[in-house]
Amino acid sequence: MLDAAWIIPLIPALSFVAILFFGKKMPRQGSEIGIVAIATTFVLSCVAAVQWIQRVNRYEGSHQGLGALGKSLMLSTQEHGAVVKPVVHSITWWQNGAFKFGIGIQIDGLAVMMLFVVTLISLLVHIYSTAYMKGDIRFTYFYAALSLFTASMLILVVAPNTLQLLVGWELVGLCSFMLIGHWWEEGANTNAALKAFLTTRTGDIGLMIGVIITFFAAGTFNIVGINQYALSPGADHTLMVVGASCLLIGIIGKSGQFPLHTWLPDAMAGPTPVSALIHAATMVVAGVYLGARVYGVFWSGFNIGDGGMNPMAVIGAITILIGAALAFVQDDIKKVLAYSTVSQLGYMVMGLGVGSWVGAVFHLFTHAFFKALLFLGAGSVSHSGSHHSFDMKKDMGGLRKYMPITFWTFLIGSAALAGIAPLAGFWSKDEILATAGQGGFELFAIVGLVGAFLTAAYMTRCVYLTFFGEYRGHGQPHESPKAITVPLIVLAVFSVFAGLANAAPLGLEKFGEYVEPKFAFPPVIVPTFDYGLAGASLFIVLSAIGVGVFLWFREEEMHAFKGLTKRNVLARGGYALLVNKYYLDDLYEGVIVAGIKGPIARASYWINQNVIDAVVKGAGLAARAIAGGTYTLDQDVLDAGYDGLARETGASGGLLSRVQTGRLQWYALVSFAAIGVFSLALVIFR
Amino acid sequence: MIAQNIAFWIIAVAMGFAAIGVVRTRNIVHAALYLVVVLAGVAAQYILLGAEFVAWVQVLIYIGAVVILFLFGIMLTRAPMEGDSDLDNDQRFPAAVAALFLLGVLVVLLLDAFGGTKIKLDAAVLATGKTAVVGDAIFRQYVVPFEVVSMLLLAALVGAVVIARRD
Amino acid sequence: MIMNQFLILSAFLFCVGVYGVLARRNGVLVLMSVELMLNGVNLNLIAFSARLHAVSGQVFALFIITIAAAEVGVGLAIVLLIYRNLRSPDLDGVDQLKG
Repeated sequence: MLDAAWIIPLIPALSFVAILFFGKKMPRQGSEIGIVAIATTFVLSCVAAVQWIQRVNRYEGSHQGLGALGKSLMLSTQEHGAVVKPVVHSITWWQNGAFKFGIGIQIDGLAVMMLFVVTLISLLVHIYSTAYMKGDIRFTYFYAALSLFTASMLILVVAPNTLQLLVGWELVGLCSFMLIGHWWEEGANTNAALKAFLTTRTGDIGLMIGVIITFFAAGTFNIVGINQYALSPGADHTLMVVGASCLLIGIIGKSGQFPLHTWLPDAMAGPTPVSALIHAATMVVAGVYLGARVYGVFWSGFNIGDGGMNPMAVIGAITILIGAALAFVQDDIKKVLAYSTVSQLGYMVMGLGVGSWVGAVFHLFTHAFFKALLFLGAGSVSHSGSHHSFDMKKDMGGLRKYMPITFWTFLIGSAALAGIAPLAGFWSKDEILATAGQGGFELFAIVGLVGAFLTAAYMTRCVYLTFFGEYRGHGQPHESPKAITVPLIVLAVFSVFAGLANAAPLGLEKFGEYVEPKFAFPPVIVPTFDYGLAGASLFIVLSAIGVGVFLWFREEEMHAFKGLTKRNVLARGGYALLVNKYYLDDLYEGVIVAGIKGPIARASYWINQNVIDAVVKGAGLAARAIAGGTYTLDQDVLDAGYDGLARETGASGGLLSRVQTGRLQWYALVSFAAIGVFSLALVIFR
Repeated sequence: MIAQNIAFWIIAVAMGFAAIGVVRTRNIVHAALYLVVVLAGVAAQYILLGAEFVAWVQVLIYIGAVVILFLFGIMLTRAPMEGDSDLDNDQRFPAAVAALFLLGVLVVLLLDAFGGTKIKLDAAVLATGKTAVVGDAIFRQYVVPFEVVSMLLLAALVGAVVIARRD
Repeated sequence: MIMNQFLILSAFLFCVGVYGVLARRNGVLVLMSVELMLNGVNLNLIAFSARLHAVSGQVFALFIITIAAAEVGVGLAIVLLIYRNLRSPDLDGVDQLKG
């Protein structure tokens, strides 16, 4: 199977064609073609994963079987020690002079891991969509696009060279554009699709230049070759720095990193299954995948092994914080999840930046499950609970009674995202933080802990607003059909257990062993499991949940609570409300006020009044001064410049429009005249 | 060679005048008839060059089918049968300039590139004159394009019906 | 025989066709001019076929004849459509692309 893995992307590609041509004729309008194709692909990916594990085991087994002499012989013949090689097959795609551009497969641990994740989530999304998209006007088209997306993503994943990776990269971008704008009748959706496409394209320019630079540096497009060159002592450091920076821009665009993250929340205009598949689990992690694939370039370009600041870690850290902070102020449940995705992608990029290759890839792996679960859960809520609305404040609340399965799976996903042991997110986040702490990146470990706090708090708010309190919508909430709940349950199981693939204290460190591309890999540090750090992060998460509960209640008191009181008093005598209110008072008095009243409160009050206030005031004055200057610059210099530019553009446009007579033969005349002139030029300047 | 040269020049001059007639005449039916002369002249040139099969295909398809199609088109669009001064549009002069300019560039280019080149007609006829050779090439070397062209014809047939259908 | 006899004749046919395409108002006449251009190209191909003793030129000429027939069919259908919509076969009326 490993040698024939090219068939894995081919099946969804064929399914795309089949759905396009025959989908409308089929009894289920093409969805069955997609599901069967993706299910086949999933099975094949599982087979590939198992075979890869066997390959690694066999390889290690054969080395243990050798005697001491054999081992030393083996070590002396192979420079980097005994490592299992990837399966690389390539055929010539096109040829330019003596240089051949290949297309093919590179199957190693990272690739089979991605194959498994992509096909599993794609399969679940396909099943989910049969219910979620039921009756949609472009149902068949939707399934065709899903198949095309899966094929493109798999092409990207198995790419043996950066060119094929680039092709897959652009294809997934195109599919993302098509699917975000699936309901293009609304202008906002079209705009969101365009924004997503253009923003990621901005990053793609960086990727393209990075691919060219790495090609000229290493003399090959092959990923293994590029990594080997980058890690060899003779690598040109300047080229590596520039190449890594350009590739980083590509990652920033695709994986929603600061400052190009703005497209990702807007991309939620697409159907929810699309958000789960593309904008949570697979496409947006393509950037992280790229970083993991050509990690040697980043390692040697940014000197990651030395510790200290590097752009990759800094970008990731900034993204963690701004993503999490923004997630707080969203009322749209999908927007909360989108900003959460931004923040979690920040963890992955920061993980790569601090040398935690395994941590970043492992977080990619676990995040795919619980974030897809959360998105599909949000879709289930809007499908059956809130009458196709995503507004948590207006149309949700109290849904746990009506939608138990959705509630419990969503809760598991939230806990996994927040990082409660022993769910998936805990292990992967901890791996990144431990590596950062032990590799000389203490600052980034602290940022990661702050991010964990914020994550737990906003997820608490999200869960509360959606599932607790009173139902605020106007529909008839009920549990979703099986096609929706079954994928949720499957993903919930993965969210619980996926973390055990690399749980160090339990003696399970298989993930790194099988996934690490040891054949061309920098000497990353392997973190030891730090109980203190893990305990601290767990404590932070739990306290964040406590604070989240408190914040939610206070928010209710301030905004929605009054309305609720009135309604409940008028309707049912406010019984349930009273119970809630007492509960609230207990919490408020017992936990928060008692803590704040003491000396801590006074001290912090003093600091607040004297220190923070002064700082804030100073910052405010400075900001005003800067803003005033900027305003002048803006009004007098830039604005005038833009006005002039606009006027000139309008004038030249008016002039040029006279050429456009609309008459066919006029255009033909111009073309023939141009042909004549160019031929003459050719004759003269031959 | 002399006889062939004389034949060439007679045919070429007739073709030239007829071609100008196609684009200058004021009677649209006359244009179609001039076109017949040009097409027949081209077929005669093919025979001079030893491409006998292509020449007969030219006669059958162009003169036999395409010109008839044109006449149908003229009838169906109810063009005036007698002279009509309004057949040209108002960009006649720039069009003539563009065409003459193109012709000048082409002639200069051809004289420069193929100034002294000669065609050995006898050898050419021996090598490519037989219809069997053409058939061999079509059905061996060019069999895939041949099939594609047949698909194209089908598509054009359907397309013409769809476009021209009154509905 | 001299190669350029045929090549310049074919260039002449082509350019006359260009003039016709640019200057004729009637759609049917424009199509006729297109046929002139195609015949110029064909003559060129056959001349090179004879010069190089290669049969490929003839095969391509045959393909072009076939495609020209298809083109006339579709082209006349379009002219008919224009005639039906605008009550005239003239191409001057087709100026919806006006900027």
